[in-house]
Amino acid sequence: MNRGGTAVAGRALRHREAAPLVLPRFRSPLVFGALALLFLVLLARSVYLMWFDNEFLQEQGKARHSRDLEVPAHRGRILDRAGEALALSTPVKSLWAFPDKFDATREQIAALAVVLETTPQKINARLEANEDFAYIAKQIAPDIAERAMALHISGLHDQNEYRRFYPGGDVTAQIVGFTGDHDVGQEGIELAQQAWLAGVPGSRRVIINRRNEAVEDVVAIRTPQAGHDLALAIDARLQYLAFRELKAAIDLNKARAGGIVILDVKTGEILALANWPTYNPNSRDKVLPEKMRNRALTDTFEPGSTMKPFTIAAALDAGRVRPDTVIDTAPGWFTIGTATIHDAHPEGALTVEQVIQKSSNVGAAKIALGLPPATLWETFSNVGFGTVPKTGFPGEVSGRLRPAKSWKPIEQATMSYGHGISVNLVQLARAYTIFATDGEVKAVTLLKTDEFVAGRPVLRPETARAVRHMLELVTSPGGTAPRAQVAGYRVAGKTGTAHKIEDHVYVNKYVASFVGFAPVSNPRLVVAVMLDEPSTGQYYGGAVAAPVFSSVTGAALRMLGVPTDAPLNNVILPPEGSEIREET
Amino acid sequence: MTRLNVALLVVLVACALSLVTSRHQSRRLFVALGDEQVMGRKLETEYGQLQLEQSTWSMPARIEKIAREQLRMQLPSAARTDVVALPDGKGNAR
Repeated sequence: MNRGGTAVAGRALRHREAAPLVLPRFRSPLVFGALALLFLVLLARSVYLMWFDNEFLQEQGKARHSRDLEVPAHRGRILDRAGEALALSTPVKSLWAFPDKFDATREQIAALAVVLETTPQKINARLEANEDFAYIAKQIAPDIAERAMALHISGLHDQNEYRRFYPGGDVTAQIVGFTGDHDVGQEGIELAQQAWLAGVPGSRRVIINRRNEAVEDVVAIRTPQAGHDLALAIDARLQYLAFRELKAAIDLNKARAGGIVILDVKTGEILALANWPTYNPNSRDKVLPEKMRNRALTDTFEPGSTMKPFTIAAALDAGRVRPDTVIDTAPGWFTIGTATIHDAHPEGALTVEQVIQKSSNVGAAKIALGLPPATLWETFSNVGFGTVPKTGFPGEVSGRLRPAKSWKPIEQATMSYGHGISVNLVQLARAYTIFATDGEVKAVTLLKTDEFVAGRPVLRPETARAVRHMLELVTSPGGTAPRAQVAGYRVAGKTGTAHKIEDHVYVNKYVASFVGFAPVSNPRLVVAVMLDEPSTGQYYGGAVAAPVFSSVTGAALRMLGVPTDAPLNNVILPPEGSEIREET
Repeated sequence: MTRLNVALLVVLVACALSLVTSRHQSRRLFVALGDEQVMGRKLETEYGQLQLEQSTWSMPARIEKIAREQLRMQLPSAARTDVVALPDGKGNAR
């Protein structure tokens, strides 16, 4: 402007000869300097903002055009051994709002209530309950959420989540367990295998436009990693069968609780494990915690006579008795110090075989007292009593087996027939694999195993075979459990009927049990049944638990296609009223 | 000198245009990707629901109920069962 003015002035000078315009000499540098200084200040400020104090503005900029979105990850499924889903996650949506930013007309809320199948009052109550954040609807089907979002209510947001479903319901509830908030396992396998099942949610940063739509991925901060599927050893068909028969027996005998375990003899896999009482994991708002317990693993009981085979096995293995050694059980009672052991149904002279077949307490006690405590303890301990079964199930217990040094003779005698010792049902089933195999015990597992599982030898093979034969006699008409017989298959097993302890005193309440295996010619399954407090007058293991064993084992062997090893008319029941009663 | 400048200018304009097109391409593809992801999610939802449906409907409890009540089926008793031995003496264990 300054120079232009001079040029115009110069031209005017030439053409019109006007008086020269004189400017003070300092004026133009002064204006120039002032303007330059202002520019410098601006420049300095921008340099400062660009290179030195740039964090704040960059953050602000990003906040306006980019968002971090969480990408939920899929939790792995829990499957049975054939691939049937026992727990699976499906995507659902939750609707939420910041109550102070939620802005809807009365009509909109009414429409929303119709879509969500609720009332406007309930929606308003949810908005008023918490002023910071409110769920309008939790975990609803995606199509319902879409219809709700289509109402275009300002301040209403949706988010993607997964919901866990348990198709098996109460049949598999206690094994599978369930997840709580945020998809974290709380019970059962869901808890035990949390790390394997859980997915790792991912997150990505996107650029958004004016309408809050993502237009460009800036960077995937973390890609989501889906959880792994988990195959259990459980066979859903056997599980249902076991559950159904257990439930029927509990209703029939008005028992308080019960459990049933089916083990695969070859692999140690738990093919079925059912408990009563149980619960529905899909709607567990009002479920008592005691119904959630997997009693077969977390609760112990005194096994009673189902312990006798281990006592006899220890004595046979140590060479103290032979199967045909005669033990005098007359007159049906036997005194050790101040305590007396009774047989309620005295028998007289019995061979070792018959001690098992007729389940004589006096016989078992006399055989046990002929052994050093350490030998008996070693057998009990080797088959897994007193140690946790290591299935990896949360809360599994070890039961109680006191060290041999502290045993008094009376305790050694009562332990021989299963009192003064406590076990859980899985331990008991597992221990019987030593008779189903040639004296080997295997690790039990709830997870599917494809490899051959090596066992640990506990007994000499001859001993195991001898006891197996005795256990088969138990199910013959002269034994305590003819009702355990199965058409077409030879079965072997042992009954147990134990008084329960309340406040350190034995009371007239019973735990009836039966543990057995089949087919005897080449055992495939060990089945253990336990009923707690049958209360219709029948409480003997042979009357209450053995029929459950029979129906479950028969159906299971047929389902698995196991070849029969006996003619179909092999079941011979003793005449009415002449059944052998076992000792309690 | 001028020729070089003109050549560089042409290159510059070409680069600028290609940048614009590729930017446009990338936005377009991103939108397409988003659509596919929405589709993928929809399919995943459907798959989950179908899985659930399948496993719920194939639960032994339901099958048995239908077999017993609607189809009036029942387990044959042992007396009405015939066992046929295979030539090699083995069953068809699975």
